[in-house]
This record gives sequence, C-alpha cells and structure tokens, in this order.
Amino acid sequence: MSLLSVESLRTSLTSASGIVRAVDGVSFQVDAGETFALLGESGCGKSMTALSLMRLLPDAGSIVGGRVLLGGRDLMALSESDMRDVRGREMAMIFQEPATSLNPVLTVSQQIVEVLERHTALRGVAARRRALELVEAVGLPDPAQRLDAYPFQLSGGMKQRVMVAIALAGNPGLLIADEPTTALDVTIQAQVLELLGRLQRERGMGMLLITHDLGIVSQLAHRVGVMYAGELVEVAARQAFFTSPCHPYSRKLFAALPRPERRGGDLETIPGSVPPLTTAFTGCRFADRCQSAWARCADEKPAWHSASDGHVVRCHLYDPALAARQGGTAASSERRNCEDDEASPAAGVPLLAVSGLKLHFPMRKGVFRRIAGQVKAVDGVSLTLTSGRTLALVGESGCGKTTVGKAVLQLLRPTGGSVRFDGEELTVLPPDRLRKLRADMQIVFQDPYGSLDPRMRVGDIIEEGMTALGRTAGTMSRDERIDALLARVGLSAVMRGRYPHEFSGGQRQRIAIARALAVEPRLLVCDEPTSALDVSVQAQILNLLKELQTSLGLAYLFITHNIAVVEHLAHEVAVMYLGRIVEQGTVGEILREPKHPYTEALLSAVPRIEGEDGRPVIVLKGDIPSPANPPAGCHFHPRCPRAMQECATLYPSETRIGATRRVCCHLFK
Amino acid sequence: MSIILWTDALVFVLIACALAAARYVSRREYLLSSWRRVGESRAGMAALTVLSAFILVGLLDSLHYRPRLEAVAGKSTNAANGYSTEVRSALDMLLMPLKSGTEKTYSAPLATHLYARETVELPDGTQARVFPRLKHGGAHLKAPAEDWLRDVVAKTLLGLALAVLAGLTFTGIAVQAAARHWNVPWRTARGRIWRGETRFAWNAVLVTTAALLLIAGPVVALAGSYHVFGTDKVGQDVLYLTLKSIRTGLVIGTITTLAMLPFAVALGIAAGYLGGWVDDVIQYLYTTLNSIPGVLLIAAAVLMMQVVIDTHPDWFATAAQRADARLLALCLILGVTSWTGLCRLLRAETLKLRELEYVQAAQAFGASAARIMGRHILPNVMHIVLISVVMDFSGLVLAEAVLSYIGIGVDPSTISFGTMINTARLELAREPVVWWSLVAAFVFMFILVLAANLFSDAVRDAFDPRLAGRQVVPATQGQAT
Amino acid sequence: MIAYIIRRLLYAIPILVGVNLLTFALFFVVNTPDDMARMQLGIKRVTPEAIQKWKVERGYDKPLVYNTGAEGVGKITRTIFYEKSVKLFVLDFGRADDGRDIGHEIRTRMGPSLAIAVPVFLLGLFVTVTFALLLAFFRATYLDFWGVVACVALMSISSLFYIIGGQYLVSKVWHLVPISGYAGGLDAARFLILPVMISMVAGIGSSTRWYRTIFLEEIGKDYVRTARAKGLSELAVLFHHVLKNAMIPILTGVVVVIPLLFMGSLLVESFFGIPGLGSYTIDAINAQDFAVVRSMVFIGSVLYIIGLLLTDLSYTLVDPRVRLQ
Repeated sequence: MSLLSVESLRTSLTSASGIVRAVDGVSFQVDAGETFALLGESGCGKSMTALSLMRLLPDAGSIVGGRVLLGGRDLMALSESDMRDVRGREMAMIFQEPATSLNPVLTVSQQIVEVLERHTALRGVAARRRALELVEAVGLPDPAQRLDAYPFQLSGGMKQRVMVAIALAGNPGLLIADEPTTALDVTIQAQVLELLGRLQRERGMGMLLITHDLGIVSQLAHRVGVMYAGELVEVAARQAFFTSPCHPYSRKLFAALPRPERRGGDLETIPGSVPPLTTAFTGCRFADRCQSAWARCADEKPAWHSASDGHVVRCHLYDPALAARQGGTAASSERRNCEDDEASPAAGVPLLAVSGLKLHFPMRKGVFRRIAGQVKAVDGVSLTLTSGRTLALVGESGCGKTTVGKAVLQLLRPTGGSVRFDGEELTVLPPDRLRKLRADMQIVFQDPYGSLDPRMRVGDIIEEGMTALGRTAGTMSRDERIDALLARVGLSAVMRGRYPHEFSGGQRQRIAIARALAVEPRLLVCDEPTSALDVSVQAQILNLLKELQTSLGLAYLFITHNIAVVEHLAHEVAVMYLGRIVEQGTVGEILREPKHPYTEALLSAVPRIEGEDGRPVIVLKGDIPSPANPPAGCHFHPRCPRAMQECATLYPSETRIGATRRVCCHLFK
Repeated sequence: MSIILWTDALVFVLIACALAAARYVSRREYLLSSWRRVGESRAGMAALTVLSAFILVGLLDSLHYRPRLEAVAGKSTNAANGYSTEVRSALDMLLMPLKSGTEKTYSAPLATHLYARETVELPDGTQARVFPRLKHGGAHLKAPAEDWLRDVVAKTLLGLALAVLAGLTFTGIAVQAAARHWNVPWRTARGRIWRGETRFAWNAVLVTTAALLLIAGPVVALAGSYHVFGTDKVGQDVLYLTLKSIRTGLVIGTITTLAMLPFAVALGIAAGYLGGWVDDVIQYLYTTLNSIPGVLLIAAAVLMMQVVIDTHPDWFATAAQRADARLLALCLILGVTSWTGLCRLLRAETLKLRELEYVQAAQAFGASAARIMGRHILPNVMHIVLISVVMDFSGLVLAEAVLSYIGIGVDPSTISFGTMINTARLELAREPVVWWSLVAAFVFMFILVLAANLFSDAVRDAFDPRLAGRQVVPATQGQAT
Repeated sequence: MIAYIIRRLLYAIPILVGVNLLTFALFFVVNTPDDMARMQLGIKRVTPEAIQKWKVERGYDKPLVYNTGAEGVGKITRTIFYEKSVKLFVLDFGRADDGRDIGHEIRTRMGPSLAIAVPVFLLGLFVTVTFALLLAFFRATYLDFWGVVACVALMSISSLFYIIGGQYLVSKVWHLVPISGYAGGLDAARFLILPVMISMVAGIGSSTRWYRTIFLEEIGKDYVRTARAKGLSELAVLFHHVLKNAMIPILTGVVVVIPLLFMGSLLVESFFGIPGLGSYTIDAINAQDFAVVRSMVFIGSVLYIIGLLLTDLSYTLVDPRVRLQ
C-alpha cells in the first residue's frame, strides 16, 4: 500500500473572475522511501495540490472532492483537530520562500522546539538538545550559536535549512517540498538539493517534490507527474520520462529548454498560453496549443492511456485504438551548428568598452552618519562588447552584475573607471550630451510586472522614449511606428490601446523590448529578462532576442544567472563573483572547460537533465559573503575546494589564456 | 443680488474638479474598473445615495444672494444699492417658513404650545401661568387638544402617500432606463435589480432612495405647519438648523482636503523621489508640524486668526461674509495641520515606486525628474490620495463639532453641528429635559458620518484593500476626547 | 543602536526650535501685541494707555527680537522672543493672565489628568486588542462582519455625544455616579469611573478596526502558514505567532501617545469638571490666555518628541531585527 494516495482531488478557489478549478481531478501515489515530483509551469495547480493535502488552503480555496489517504487514513474525513495532529507529525511541508516562511520575531530554536512540544514528549533541555541535533542534521553551520539566532541573521540557504529542520522535527513519514530551491542561488540550490536527497534516503521518507525545473526532477525524483492546467497529464518513472516523454506538452517542455546542442537555432516554443482555470473544459486542456491535436482533442476529454509499464499519459495519441497515428510527432529538433560564429574573436572596434569600473556605496555609521566604509558592489570590472554580439554577465545574487548594467547606462554614476560607448567616455559626459546618447543604449528589465507603468497604455509606453528623446519617426507617423514595433516583437497593433495588466508575462516582456527598440538603440542591456518567465515563454523571448540581434545588429549585455540561457544566446561570457570578474572568454571556452574553480562549481551546480554528461556536482561550502565585508585575498578562497595558502592573502591578478580568455586565479599564473 | 462667498467659490471649484476627474476616469479603463467595484458595493452605494441627499442640501445652501430691500416709505435704505445686508441661500428661500417661523423659546417637536409656562393676562383681567400657543407651530388648529392628533396623522399619511408616489416614479424611471440599456423587457429588468443580479448595486440605491423619501415625505408635509423637531432656546426651528448645519459639515470635510491636497501631494512625491536635502527639509517640516498636538495648534491658529478678523471689521461687508471668512480660515488651518499624514504616506509610496523598473526605464530614456514624477509617480499614487480624501472627510466632520464646542471652530453665528451641540449641551440638565436639539443634531450627524465611513470603506476596498484601517484617527478627534 | 538613539535625540533639537519659532510667529508676528490687547480689552472702549498697561502687565511691551534700547546681551534678552519663547526651553513658562505661575499649575494638574488618561489608555488597549483578536479569530464569519459594522457605527458617533449621553444616562437618570467634580485620594475613583469608561468606549470603534486589519494582514503572511503546517492550533498561531508580530505596527501607533497622556483630555475633563491639564487648556482657550496656550503647545511638542523616541526604543524590545542591528 502506498504511503500517500491521492484520488481525484479537486480544489477550487473563488476569485473575482469566477471559480478557479485549481486542482481538477488529480490522482497519484507516493510510496515510502520514494520521491515523487510534480512538475509544471506556474499556475498549473501544483502548489494548490500540496496545500490541499495539508488542508492549508488560503481562505478563498476549498477542497470540493476526492480523497487523500495517508497511511490508509482519509485526511479529508478528519476533523480539524485530528488533522492538526497529522500536520508536522505524519507529513510536513517546506515552502518556496524561506525569507518569509519563518517567523521573524522567534529564534530558530523556538521555532523548532514548538514542533517538538506539539508532537513529541520532549520538553525543556531535552527538546533543545533535539533541536540542536536537527540543525546539525540539516548542516547549519555553527549550529550551537545559530540555535538562538533570529531568521534575519541567516542567509537564504540557512533559512531553508532551518525550514527543513522544522519539517523533520516531528519525524514525518511524508515530506512535501514546494519549490524548495526556487528562491535560492544556484550554488546554494545545489547544497539544499543534496541535503534533501540525503535526508530522504537516510530516513526512508516519502517525498512529494513540487518544481518547475526539469533538472531538479532529474536529480531527485524517482517518479514524475506532469501537471497542466489543473490536472496531471503524464505520470512515469524518472528514467522512462527523461528518455521518452510522451505527452505533447512534456515533449514541448524538453524542446523549449535551451541546450548547447540547440545553440544558434530557434528554441521550440508552445504557442499561446495556459488557459484560465475558470474555463469549463470539454476536451483536452492542451488541445489549442498542441501541434498534434485533431478534432477529437477539442471535443473529448482524453483518458489515461498506458505508454509503457508504469508510464501513463492523458492523451488521445496513446489511445490503443489509434496506435497507428502515434510516432510521427517525436520531437527532433534540428541541430544547427554555429561553432564558427562562436569561436571567432570579437572583431572590429568595440561598441562598449568598460574598464576598471567601480561602484561603491558608502556605509554610514554612528551618531553623525559618517561614512564608515564602502560596499564595493562593483570593484574594477572590465568588459568589451562589439556590435551584433552578446556578452553574458553571469553570477549569483549580490555579485553586482545588475549594478554593472546600470552603471554602464549611467543610471548609477560609477565611482571610478571608464565606460566608453562608441569611443565616447560616458562617465564624464555632461547630462545634456548624455541624454542624446541614451537613445543608443537601452535596457530590458527582469520583472515583467514592475517594468511597465500600470497606468499607461501600451502605445504610450512605447512612445515614451520617442517623446523623451525627441525622436521623430521619419516618414512614418508615431502611431505607425508604434504599430510597426508591436508587429516587430510579435504583438498586434490593436493592443496599442490596452493597459499592461491585460497581458501575460511573456507579452509584457515583448512590450518592454518594443519600448527599448523604439529609440533604435545599438546596445541593449538585458537584465535577467527571462528569469521570471516559464520555460516555454522564456523560449519565445530568447528566440525574439536572437532574431532581433541578427536583423538589427544589436549588441546585448546579457545579465543572468541562468547558465542554460547563456549557452543558448551568448558569444562571450564573463563570470562575476563579489563585484569582480573572475573569468571571461568565449562561451565555448567558459562553458566547456571552465578554469576558475568558481566557474567550475557554478556550472556543475546547475541541475542537468538526464542524458547529459554526468559531470559530478561540486557542492560549494558556505554562503556567498556580503560585498560589504568581502574575504581578504581571493574573495572566493573560503569556499574554494582548491584554495592554496596564498589565496588567503593576495587577490590573484588577471592571467590571459589564449587570445580571448582571462582568468583571475592563482592556479593559472 | 447674487453673491459668491469664498467657500461657495471653492465649492464650485471642487465641483469642477470632480467633473474633470470624472471625465479623466471615464477614459481610463483601469480607473473605471475600480469605480465599478465601488459601484458593486451595496453598502457603499446605499451610503452614496444618502450622501447625495446631504450634498444636494449643501449645494442649495451654497447659492447665496442678498435680497432686495423693499423701499420703506419715507426712509432711504442705507444699505448699498438697496440690498439687504443679510445673505440668504437658495435653501433659505425654500425653507423660508421654517426660517422665519420663530417662536419665543423652546417648543417640543410637533408641539402646539410653548415648552415653558408664561404669565399671561386672561381676558377677565386675571393673570395665569399657562403654556401659550405657538405663533406658527400648529397655528392653524382651532382646538389643538382635539384636532392635533388627527391633523398630524393626516399630514403624515399625506406625506407618506406622496413619498410612495415619488418613490414609485423614481424606481419606474430607473428600471425603465436600465431596461433600455440592457435591451430587456421592463419586468426582466425589475427582477434583475430586485434580486441584486446587477453589477452596479441598483437595488441598494433604490431601497435607500425609497427609505429617504419615506422619511422626507411626512417631514415635508408636517414642516409646513409644525416644528417637526421643535424649536430651540431662542425659538428657531431645529429642523432648519440641522439642515443648515449640513453645508458647514460638508464644507469643512471637503474644502480642507482641497486646500491641503496640493501641498501634501507635491511635497510627498518630491520628498520621496528627489531624496537628498529636499527630503530632509520636507521631513523636517512635517515632523515639526506634526509634533505640535493638533488641537493646540488649531487653537493657537484660530485664536490668532480671530484677532486678525476682529481687528479688521472693514474687510467684510456683511456678517455672513465675516463668518464665511472664519469658516474658510478654519478649513485652511485644519488643512495645514492635516496634510502631514498624507504627505508621509505618499513619500513612503514614492520611495517604493522610485525603485520600480518602469521608473528606471524612463530614466534610461533621459526623462526629467518632473516628467517622471508627473507621468509615472503621480498616477500611481492617486489611489492613495483618493482613499485618504474620502477617509478624512468623516474625521473632519467630527472634528468640526469638537472644535466648535471648544470654541475654536466656526463663527458662533455660523450654524453647524458643533454650534448646535454647544448651545444645546446644558439642555439635558434642564428640568424637564429638552432633548430634541441634541437628538436632531446627533441623528443627522451620525447618518452623515456613517454614510461617509461606509462609502470610504467601499472606495478603499475597491482601490487598495491593503490600506484598510490605515486611517490614522484625525489628531483633533483622538486627542480631544 | 545607541548611536541611533543619540541621533534621534539630537534630531529633536531642531524640531523643538522649529516648534518654538512657529509658535512665536503665530503669537507675536501674525498679530502685534497691540492687536491682542485691543481684542482682549474690547475693540470699542480702548485707549492707548489701557493697551500700554495691558502690555506691561504681561511683559509684551518689549521689542520682538532685538532691543536697540538695551545694553550688551540685553539687546537680545530683553525682548519678547527671549523672554517668552527661549525661556520655554528651560521649562520656564511665566505667568498666566490671572497671575498664577503656569509651571506650578501644570505640576499640580498633571495628577488628575493622568488619573483619567492612564486607565483609559491601558484598559482601552486591552479591550480593543482583545476585541480585534476575537474578530480576527472569527474572520469571515457573521461575528466578524457585525463586529466591523458595530465598529464603523461606533466610529461615526461624535465623542461629544458619548460624553453628553453617558453623563445624562449614568449620572442624571440612573444616579450611579456624581455628574462631575473631583476629589483627591481614593475618593477620586467615584468621579473617575464614568469619564474613563466613556473615553474608552469612544475609542473602541476605530482602534478595534485598525488592530483587526493589522492582525488580518499578519495572518495572511507565509510564516503563519508554516506555523499551521506544524500542526499548531489556531489559538496558538494567533497568540504565539501573529500577536508577537502584530505588536510591531501596533506599538508605532500606541507608544507615541504615552507621553501625551500627561496632557489630559480636553473634552472629558471639561465636561466632568476634572482639574487636569485638559480643562486647563480649554479654560485658557476660552479666556484667550495666550501665555497658557503657548506653554501647552510647547509641552505638547516636547512630549510628542519623547513619544517618538519611546517608539524607537520600544521597537528594540519587540523586534529583534532592530535590536540586534
């Protein structure tokens, strides 16, 4: 018998636009000692499924049907007080945002002991001792001191470890992990994933892992369930799923993922967007986005069909009666080789030349707010970028990559160093001359919701730059030009009169790109433009950016933490750590044979999907230090697996390797 | 001769602003949708209906004129151009019977006799202490003892009948309009409205209107020949006084906000967006103003203003103009003491908005600070401004009463809830108790403030539920109690 | 932390100077002492001699800010600004129009004011927080709905009516307590109970609603979900988690008024004839005793600034993020 058995669970939320059927007939099992991953894009109902199991839905939500059997007991039939005995003792949950999921005014030990007192007989000193064991088990550094720390004194990774400790305190048989690493940096994510995998194995727990990341699924899961629009569409063992995904949606997910072999080519995209869950579906929910759909898909709800042993899929294609139709749709993306393009060193006059760029923020202290020190957000960064090429600036949060982008555009005035754009030194340019140059360099931001003024129509948003910079549209009228721009980014002219809230995240990002293009820039700083988007939408935006570069000869300074995107789009890569560039070179050099230990660890930490080379994951110890107080010597040495004595005292100078590559590491002197 | 008092002018400015705002909103879908949510709130729309009735009274009371003096034979009018120095409003004209129908002193609601005994000389030459007949209240009754009840009931019924008639007509017109709008039969429209199936809370509006009419009908019918709410110490009709109080309350509640809004908005946004020394100065300014307890600052300012007004009697042609100047000054003083809260809220919000990416995008286009504040920040903080305007209203109406009671409110000759309460406060201590002035003031004020509170809740919920309860109790109200 | 408090203390100085200048401008620049004298003596029957006498009695006969007639520092000190405004900084308030020492009055009247204000503050806080917790516990039920409706209705009643109505019913109709007056010692309770209850009830509506909103906002946060996921009961969640966090915003609004309790309450004290600072202020306003009003403005500002400091300090008690940084 399974540990957890979910039978046609249905959950709905009441919202202004009607009843949202967030979970619509979901069934699956999780065995003891097994990790079952629920995979899906945002809004597919996977988190609601988890909250329904815990019966912790928000006030607007309610479970309208189905059974949830945990150890044979139907949780839906329990009274609320019996259910409270189940929570934390038989099943526990960790959440996506460690920053907000811990109570800010209680210490770590208070928050753990609370669970022990609720679910075990431990009290007082004994409970505290147990709490200490737990934080040791989750690998919290300095456990004895950290026990009395408040959450704000811990880093994101540490907070998530504490969350895990809280979840383990009641010794639950089932652990639900809802996007446990989404809010974390990739090297920290590697630590937490390793921890979860180890705990699950050691304790023989069942784990329900909720994620949108195929790489994480591949690394942790035994079995996978793919969710789309409130229902499961495919359930399979990991191996079977990664070697032959069956549902057209699953296949598209794989195809939309940027991968080295797809470099240069377009990514596969899923047209359209997820239908709103207020819809009453008659047929297959994926039908209108599915290339293999035919009439039946729109009219008839597909039943579960078996693709192979233990591999089931909800798709008419796998109807045994229709076996003949199958097979024609296997995704085989065309591989275009663009090695030549990537290998050629940056030729010609650089459009952008940054050298020794510094941006320090003063730290004030004391009674008179005297400047007591500097946060060296950017500390001597040099880059060059030529027209038509993409330089990816890669690093984890707090490394200063966004600050570099803003300093290049002079949105933040640099403390030192030089930024030359097309031969013109920007840092000393008077404001009026700088204003003229602003048309040449534009920026696309990360957050598709924060980057468009909600009070302006799309047409006005796009027009803003033209007005502000006094751009005349040449022969075209402004409106014609706006329509042309909208068409250019794949939107229709009728959208000109609408407001941003009427658009999806991907569409908003297109509008933001159109706004930047309106002033005909030559350099576009893209600050994590796809990190808030789902994989399928990310693919659309990446394709668009690529196409714009080819046709307009734009140069991109592409700021990202997503290595897969770098692989897909970049020509050159610069890796940043704590305000400095530790390694740069062409994309092939950096990604294929990283030299700097940090680059190496960063690349290995990205969860890879099955089938790719099995490079061992280098799990870095410790957290990213604060830029306010960077370690002496090489900033990376406290975490570096290959640190030497001199690393602790001396920051390594830059070493050139070959024509295009530079590394700052004592190993390569 | 029509005359426009200062506050009248500002009321008209306010109406113009409201119309301009309505035009602005009607062209912006995101604002319209928020207002539609306000329209969906039944409590909010019922409250708005009540408020509209109050506003109607207030507006009628804002159309002022000076009546022409009838030339008295043999006596040249000394007032300029033959106009009286008395300023009247359109409302006064409507309520002339009430206004002019003063009695000698107290009389109970609907009474026919005074509330106090008087010594009268009887026809036979003897003196007796009796309750004399009122000059106006029930004066048409020959034998009040027998006829009074029948007359009152008859007039009430007449009033109710008229109210029902008016209510039905109004409902009929509304349903007809709705039916034409939806293009459905009359019955269907009526059904929809009645069952609350419309998005706009039509049923709340219609029910409230009906209730208002049912109350107003008998009052109107009776007011012609009785003092429905009795008379006060000097014999003025209490109904007239309460109706006149409405304008004062509305003026205080709205003009104050209008006066402080430009400062609060401009300074709040500038402090938040520009930062640096501008922020320091503005913060210093509002912390300093804020640190003086509101009532005391108002007291000090009002006392000083009173000296100014009293030492310059030549500035004002009529008593009404002087009282109006004092009302306006009170609004301005209240405005000066109350802009800090909104300013601080706007500064905080601007600090957040400044970091948003669309603002940075505008900076990347080299847009000027003024342009960014005007185009990006202002429209995105307007909901806070709106919410605080509607929320401040009720607090200001309450504050007026307290301030007038303390003696630092409106001019004693201005009729307001505060002055009514102030003159009536000792009446409960009388034997027998005179309760009607206080009760009338209480009922009208309670309904006005309650309606304002309910409406502001609806507006707040529609525009920004996060701000719920953020209302800081107006300084004057909190500290005075 | 300590540096922060010192900074706040130093910041209080320019604010007090600002308050002082503002009141000076309000009382002596907007109107000249002559205007005030004319107003107090009655516009009609006023002679230059009477004005001069009035000014000399009150010390308003000197120049405003600079005395050309005096010698040395006297040029500065023998002015209205120095004698009336600067001396406030050392809490020298001078004399009221009736010749009494304002400082002495303030000291003796503080007691009765506190005797009302402190119970109102503590009881009110307790009652409103309890009600608000109750409403938050029963959120989205009829109890909550009608509770909020009641709060809005209570908020819509002017405090004047609470006082007038309460006094009428309890004292005059039911004869439970004396209508007004005050006595020292334990006897005071008899006179205080009604004003305390009335002030408390008058404040229930808006405070309860405000606290309820704060609680609901906290209840919506992620850490509450974590607490529920631990299997804690709703009451434990409310008291152990929500209340602790909600104290932070509640304190902002509450602590700042604590020092102002000294000022008493204007309406209640004057209605119930309690010889506190509130009724003192009202009397001064009615008698147009500018010296007293000016003193009260200054004291009020000082107390408010102390309140701001206390607020900062109280954060360190309830918010570890402030305490440990």
